[in-house]
Amino acid sequence: MSPHTAIDVTPPFLFPDYQATIRRAPEKRLVELPKDWFHTMPGPVFGRIPVGPTDNDLLHQHTGDPIGLRVLFSGRVLDSNGRGVPDTLLEIWQTNASGRYVDPADPGFVPLDPNFTGAGRTITDSLGRYWFKTVKPAPYLGARGSWFRPAHIHVSLFNPGLGLRLITQCYFEGDPFIRTDPIVQSIPDPRGIERLTAKVNLAKCDTTGEEATVAYDWDIVVRGRDATPMEQ
Amino acid sequence: MEEEVVLSPSQTPGPMFGYALVFDGSERAVEPDAPGAVVVAGRILDGDGAPVGYPDCLVEVWRGDEWTRSRTDEDGAYRVVLTKPQPATLEGVGVEAPYLNVSVFARGLLRAVETRLYFPDEEAANAADPVLQLVPAERRHTLVAVRDGDVLRFDVHLQGDRETVFFAS
Repeated sequence: MSPHTAIDVTPPFLFPDYQATIRRAPEKRLVELPKDWFHTMPGPVFGRIPVGPTDNDLLHQHTGDPIGLRVLFSGRVLDSNGRGVPDTLLEIWQTNASGRYVDPADPGFVPLDPNFTGAGRTITDSLGRYWFKTVKPAPYLGARGSWFRPAHIHVSLFNPGLGLRLITQCYFEGDPFIRTDPIVQSIPDPRGIERLTAKVNLAKCDTTGEEATVAYDWDIVVRGRDATPMEQ
Repeated sequence: MEEEVVLSPSQTPGPMFGYALVFDGSERAVEPDAPGAVVVAGRILDGDGAPVGYPDCLVEVWRGDEWTRSRTDEDGAYRVVLTKPQPATLEGVGVEAPYLNVSVFARGLLRAVETRLYFPDEEAANAADPVLQLVPAERRHTLVAVRDGDVLRFDVHLQGDRETVFFAS
């Protein structure tokens, strides 16, 4: 396979449209560590996180069914050469179908769903695949006088063997608030926004009526050990 | 022509992660009375010296196979328990002084900051540490914890004159 160039579209620390960055963004230059100093990485260290076999099914964590559009949220964790990244811990959290987080920090403008918590975990399989069953989150207002965020699922990735620790967000194609959200727009390259946007996979939607589920595909691409870095 | 592949960019965790990422015992890799246990505590502060407090901030402190998570409280304070590592040899480079990795995620941080905690009782090892030698001498002190009774105090200043040294990941 021909070598691939990994394009890094990491947001800057300071992005004034997202006001919370103004007093929290580091200003001094980051210290670069020579990559060839660190050959050995520790193995998985997330063993204490209790990942249960049904923790990726957010539809069945309570006695009843949650309200909302049922979604199969799935994809692969890939390195920049297209290889699947196995044994990666994914932790997700999201609002319910009305735009409310269970977290007590939520301002509470819209109601809770007694049948939906909105937190899940899984570990990628030998091909780097993962899936979650959930409901589609909704756009929400984070605070009075704030702005509507696009619907999103927060995703935390952890793979110590690859030196991978990433927290990001998955957006949904067609959401008008993607264009106006300063957190999304902090990404300095439209291809990065595209990368974080899940697409409907018509062939994978359940149309039998058994589950009536809309399938969204979302791959995560991370730097491989041998990737050629290129900052943009 | 090499094919270009766009990596998934980082985004802030926002302030609503607590019920998903923090779990019972996540702030302890070992019990406080375990042999070699060290308690690391400190505050995360912004450019005005104001706390990056509840619910905004997640701190991860880890090394080798030990890994901890703590959400800061209203004062921006976190507290974790793990053990002190041994010095490690970097092939062809030198001997690293014992250190702990510290990652900070927060509302207002579009990407995490990564730093290192060095131990105050390891002056000779710290002076010879190859990573500390990459850091401008006048800023190295921001990476050395302060002994405070039974606790190692390690504050992280995200911005300003006292800004902590952060590493590119």
